[in-house]
Amino acid sequence: MLTGFALFFSIWLLAVDVFQFWRFRYMPGLAEVVEEWTARKPQYGISLFTSEYYSHIWVSTRRVLIAFTFALGLGVPLGLIMGWYVKFKEFTFPVFETLRPIPILAWVPLAILMFSSEEGPVIYLTFLSAFFATTLNALLGVQSIDRDLVRAAYCLGSSRADVFRHVVIPGAMPYVFIGLQIAMGVAWFSLVAGEMIAGRFGLGYLVNTAYTTARYPTIVIAMFTLGFIGWLTSALIRMVGNRLMQYRARVLSTG
Amino acid sequence: MNQAQAKQARGGISIRNVSKIYDPEKTAVAAVLDCSIEIAPGELHVICGPSGCGKTTLLNAIAGFHSITSGEIYLDGELLCGPGKPQATPGADRVVVFQNGALFPWKTVLDNITYGPVIQGRMKKEEARDVARDKMVMAGLSGLENSYPGELSSGMARRVEIVRALVNDPAVLLLDEPFRGMDDLTKSIMHESLLEIYDQTQVTFFVITHDVEEAVFLGSKVSVMTTRPGRIKESITVDISRPRDYRVLTTDGFRGLMGEVVDAVHDEAQKAFEAGEREIA
Repeated sequence: MLTGFALFFSIWLLAVDVFQFWRFRYMPGLAEVVEEWTARKPQYGISLFTSEYYSHIWVSTRRVLIAFTFALGLGVPLGLIMGWYVKFKEFTFPVFETLRPIPILAWVPLAILMFSSEEGPVIYLTFLSAFFATTLNALLGVQSIDRDLVRAAYCLGSSRADVFRHVVIPGAMPYVFIGLQIAMGVAWFSLVAGEMIAGRFGLGYLVNTAYTTARYPTIVIAMFTLGFIGWLTSALIRMVGNRLMQYRARVLSTG
Repeated sequence: MNQAQAKQARGGISIRNVSKIYDPEKTAVAAVLDCSIEIAPGELHVICGPSGCGKTTLLNAIAGFHSITSGEIYLDGELLCGPGKPQATPGADRVVVFQNGALFPWKTVLDNITYGPVIQGRMKKEEARDVARDKMVMAGLSGLENSYPGELSSGMARRVEIVRALVNDPAVLLLDEPFRGMDDLTKSIMHESLLEIYDQTQVTFFVITHDVEEAVFLGSKVSVMTTRPGRIKESITVDISRPRDYRVLTTDGFRGLMGEVVDAVHDEAQKAFEAGEREIA
């Protein structure tokens, strides 16, 4: 892991600071970014020591968490029910599959028209992309369940509700967690898109304003911060998943 | 003794003129045609036949996973499926042990075994655990209570599944090629272990296999099924006393019975093979 990072940073250093390739002329160099990031009095206004930096992080994280919670709370049950009740899927899935491929950016105007508040459109866009990912994966999770497990549960005297609770939910769980990780990824993606267009605060807004005001190191700071928080939130989901599905971790480790 | 006799009287299956026609694209394919079998309570009945002859179709009809097209199936005199009720309702009186295993991978061995009695509301969790532990000792599974199915060998997993079925006190255990894909050594150990369990329970066992030696070694009666459309070609009573162990495999009596079954199955396998050739040509 360390070798990979070392390589990446040296290529950056060489390309921008040492060789100064033509294409990289306007790129902020590694040294410049690090210096700005750790400066007590940053030249362009954003560093580890400014409260503004943390308020951007907080605003973005809060938006993602709200949107993600809604996507989790609505998408997972919807996907599970679509997978389990064929009749329900018959009339919901076609609609779902028509809306799903619409690129999230195409929703921006409607989102702005729909919500008059400032937070509304951004959270809505973030929610929407995460919602499709959670729903679809929960549905696939149900469909992935071995039919014999369902049959076995009926043989052992389960009602339909028992089967849903004891077979469908745990059986779909691996896919649900894959879906949640994807959802978290696309949530950050849409968040930045939304903030660039309709935001007043947040890391996506920071990237955009830093660009328009030529504060180039600040762009890179915001980008790395997004990368780091995105990784952190994904890792958190993985951790919860491993906790809830200990049987998988144990089976994998015994080979 | 009375209680034992009462128990003995459970688990009689009567399959009368059952047919199953698959008709997905109006090309009626008869998987089972006019098939009749009488299985006495407490019998270990083996259905033996070439692959694709409708053995599993029959088992699925008894378990309630499939409907039948005509005929009737009775369990202890009660109609499971027949005219007016094409599909039986699955229930804990007829528990299936699946070909590829169907333990819940997310539940521990103990929770898998206690699932049935608890979900039916027949036992409290603690009580079910005590019963499960006893049965696990009987089947040589003690110490595995907190393992997950994925951590078990295929032989162990199959034994757990048999125990999970038996704690429900079923009338019939339906085993669909339970030892398929196991190596010969594991298989022979599993055969003895199954017989040991059978000798202790008096539940009716309905076993499907295409392995003739397995059929004769396990069975009280072996019904040979014809190639598709499946019906019973011959029922052979296996007159070898229990308990049996691997030594009977080399006796003349065993060899003679095996010869009989092989003769019956071989013809059918030949026909199935030729039918396959024709389909390709």
